[in-house]
Amino acid sequence: MTTITINGTQRTLDIDPDTPLLWVLRDELRLTGTKFGCGVAQCGACTVMLNGTPRRSCVTPVGMIEGADVTTIEGMAGREFDAIQAAWRALDVPQCGWCQSGQVMSATMLLQQLPAPSDQQIDEAMAGNACRCATYHRIRAAIHDAARTLEG
Amino acid sequence: MRALALVVVAALVQPAMIQPAAAQDLRTPDQITGADDAARSAALFVEMGKVLTHPRCLNCHPVTGGPTQGDDMRAHNPPVVRGEADFGPAGMTCNTCHGTRNVSFATQPASIPGHEAWALAPVSMGWQGRSLAEICAQIKDPARNGGKDLEAIHAHNAEDGLVGWGWDPGQGRPPAPGSQEVFGQLTRAWIDTGAACPG
Repeated sequence: MTTITINGTQRTLDIDPDTPLLWVLRDELRLTGTKFGCGVAQCGACTVMLNGTPRRSCVTPVGMIEGADVTTIEGMAGREFDAIQAAWRALDVPQCGWCQSGQVMSATMLLQQLPAPSDQQIDEAMAGNACRCATYHRIRAAIHDAARTLEG
Repeated sequence: MRALALVVVAALVQPAMIQPAAAQDLRTPDQITGADDAARSAALFVEMGKVLTHPRCLNCHPVTGGPTQGDDMRAHNPPVVRGEADFGPAGMTCNTCHGTRNVSFATQPASIPGHEAWALAPVSMGWQGRSLAEICAQIKDPARNGGKDLEAIHAHNAEDGLVGWGWDPGQGRPPAPGSQEVFGQLTRAWIDTGAACPG
């Protein structure tokens, strides 16, 4: 048995401890906002918050995170997240949308750590989140937009 | 779900080629001789160098920029910069992907490396592209080695868990030569013979 808190609710899981967290989120709990992209921590589509920082859920066996606090895109809230969400909508950032929940996780963390990131800092922080629609220019613009919102 | 995999991205990950001979290729101190203590000491460090310059160690001892990966020490993918804390950039620190232990992928026969202490070595301990003489001088210099004296260096080489990861690197990744036990013995003998550096 593995016990973890997901979006504020404690869950006790009777599941193989080697099962990736992503499998649990999508297949067991039907929290399908978190996406499968590559399965090898190369694309970032499966990013969730683990104890408050981004984590690729496809390479996170649930047995490795006993007692942890997990937040998926469905459970995100807070000042930086709200600003990112608003900017994403305002600039129509997603195209197909598959990678976007992971992008939003990383962008939110970046603004929590760097309230006014430069282009280079955005590129460094977002380098692990691939977008095959190549919306990178809008992602970068939206992060700047969200940062400006937070300044006020 | 797997049908939706970003196959182009996944194709970037190639399981490392296994080199079975590497695990055997580290001599013990009694197999290493020299004309005098200083010569033997330097020879012992050269043997230690097989470990120090192995990709399992060097990949996280960059001199400039971020880590490398694989036996060919290619650029880390995704691109990663060192960051102020030797732990990656703000928003994408090492533990975004690297966990507290090695994790085998659920989708292919390879793994992502991990350890409780996973991080880059500090810039002062960057070894990539440097000679064994230069690495030896770095290792002995408390100003660059984190304030370690020779005994602390022995303890680090013989007992440190992240050093030990080099011999337990996870599926699809050849280990460093020999074992941490022999690496510790070599370090002990190197110190006892004067901790000389190769020329």
